[in-house]
Amino acid sequence: MSRLRASLTPYLLLFPGTLWLAIFFVIPTVVMLSLSLQSGDVVNGYAFTFNWHSYVDGIGTYHDQIIRSLVYGVISTVIQIVIGFPVAYWIAFKGGTRKSVYLFLLLLPFLVSFVLRTISWQFFLSDNGMLLGPLKSLGLVPEDFHILATSAAVIGGLAYNFLPFMILPMYVALERIDPRVLEAAQDLYASKVQTFLRVVLPLSLPGVFAGVLMTFVPATSDYVNASVLGGTSNTMIGNVIQNQFLVNQDYPTASALSFTLMALLLVGIFAYAKALGTEDVLEVAAR
Amino acid sequence: MNDPYRQDPALLRGMTQRRLGRRDAFRLAGLSAAGLALAACGVQGKGTTRPSSSAQAQSEVEKFWSGKTKNGHVDFANWPLYMDPKQPELKQFTQQTGITVNYKEVILEMPSWFAKIQPQLAAGQSIDYDLMVVTNGLHFDQLVQLGYLAPLDHSKLPNFAANAAPEYKNESFDPGNVYSIPWASGMTGIAYNPKYVDTPPTSMADLWNPKYKGKVGMMSDSQEIANFGLFAIGVDPDKSTEADWEKAAAKLQEQRDAGIVRKYYDQAYTDPLAKGDIWLTMAWSGDVFQKNVSDGTDLKFVVPQEGGTIWTDNMTIPKTATNPVDAIMLMDFFYDVNIAAHLAEYINYVTPVPAAKDVIAADAAKATGDDKKLLEEVASSPLVFPSEQDSARLRNYVNFKTPQEQKKFESIFQAITTS
Repeated sequence: MSRLRASLTPYLLLFPGTLWLAIFFVIPTVVMLSLSLQSGDVVNGYAFTFNWHSYVDGIGTYHDQIIRSLVYGVISTVIQIVIGFPVAYWIAFKGGTRKSVYLFLLLLPFLVSFVLRTISWQFFLSDNGMLLGPLKSLGLVPEDFHILATSAAVIGGLAYNFLPFMILPMYVALERIDPRVLEAAQDLYASKVQTFLRVVLPLSLPGVFAGVLMTFVPATSDYVNASVLGGTSNTMIGNVIQNQFLVNQDYPTASALSFTLMALLLVGIFAYAKALGTEDVLEVAAR
Repeated sequence: MNDPYRQDPALLRGMTQRRLGRRDAFRLAGLSAAGLALAACGVQGKGTTRPSSSAQAQSEVEKFWSGKTKNGHVDFANWPLYMDPKQPELKQFTQQTGITVNYKEVILEMPSWFAKIQPQLAAGQSIDYDLMVVTNGLHFDQLVQLGYLAPLDHSKLPNFAANAAPEYKNESFDPGNVYSIPWASGMTGIAYNPKYVDTPPTSMADLWNPKYKGKVGMMSDSQEIANFGLFAIGVDPDKSTEADWEKAAAKLQEQRDAGIVRKYYDQAYTDPLAKGDIWLTMAWSGDVFQKNVSDGTDLKFVVPQEGGTIWTDNMTIPKTATNPVDAIMLMDFFYDVNIAAHLAEYINYVTPVPAAKDVIAADAAKATGDDKKLLEEVASSPLVFPSEQDSARLRNYVNFKTPQEQKKFESIFQAITTS
């Protein structure tokens, strides 16, 4: 009896998580895959017809927006690594007893809703706003200069909005590095630069990887930043999907585009993992 | 690849991982096959048509209303800023009838509202609202076609019969007010910020003026922007054909390519206009007035000489409403001349009750100081009581004969707004 219980325990422990995934991930994914192959309209209903056209037409019409989203996603992720790594490094190694205070400060803006934060950026960056107003009155930038409605504004917004999700995993990886390893490096006459490049950096890579996973994916599929900060030529694939779902009620095309995006992101992540040499992506991300 | 860190043991330790096995890949493939098998689940729809004869309409009305009684409560879903926040009209209604009103400003835009209520309506369940305000257009048509709206019993709408303006009794989207009576109408025209625009815009050409490069706002809604494109090429939207749409789209594309358009807005254009991010923009009449009142801005609104768009927000009762009798009483209550006047005084959209003008003028005569000035402004405002000259230039959204036609229309204009 007790042996039976023991052998059942892992399954029982897994049960809530599995159920959660089944209800909120597997079923919607299957429904969406199904929808992407259906045809019809809202009034007369949709039926499953192996309608591959939704993929062909969707990608044919919106490939520019897909590519733009991937480019924005990559650039914003790189910016986040460049900004985030020093911050994570500093908190992990120089934070001392105040580490948790710094982490709290890092997360503080994120107690405010995502959309509100983006809108406050809109205020800050507006043509005659807090940033550009004084610069223009000093004559430092031309009168018709603007930041909003440019790619830079959207990429900046993406980088800003997802930054903590980049910093936290990197911090965790760096914080976990045993100080004795660093001492050993010094004992072996490694210079500070060498210690960093050959000990700290490699050991932090799983954190960077997890950070990229947690920021690149939502940044690429985001639609808030493009709609609040962007202009006429910054539409991302997330905006298109939202528009197809809600405005056009073209559920098949919207689902097909979602699946295309998902496939591209998965391919991208596995390729990235391969390039880094880490193949079991999920395991790395979980650490 | 000659990577210097490849040979580094520390790096290897951090990165060497178990491979994704062939069996795992098969398992994934099996999962997706199972998915396809499950994929039989379609989305239900059910097309119905408008009643073809008045006898049929009457029988549908009787079928819906028989056995329905007053319950003493009504849940009312409306758009934000569509009633004085103190809700004096509703208080008066409760006083007169004993019916309590739960008023919620939950409708922010038609697409998301439709998406929210559609599953419940499709399942024949209550959406928790007995009365909702729906803009004419695609989603209104779909609510009708899907049979989600209750046919109105006009014997319960005496005020509407007596006080509504004739043009609101035979609107193209709901002839004979079978499913809806108007809440308020509005116009789409050009709003501008006089701080940046010296010569007041008068025509569509101003939206194409290279002088305003990067400072013009347009709307992302296909129907709204299409009408402006059509006005710009001198075509009446009511009579437009697919060839006209293509021409209008080319005109709009030209405006976009010249860098004149700053952004295609869904609705948040008043803030950028007040801040000077854009100088002139497509706009809804009431928005401009309300922005001026709430933030003390001095934005202006004009109906361009080529034309503007008129649209109507309509009170409707979902078929699954639990308190339809209370709801229809409230609908009729808003057609009381005094109530309509008070409502228009606050919201500043076009009222469907023309007699309200005299009431507002009379109120203005009694009032003093700032109130007097404000009321006089409302009574004489072309936004609330459009002049005949303006009215003659106002047009409806483009109407579609088939869903295919509409799809074509959307794809023509969205190619401009979402690229």
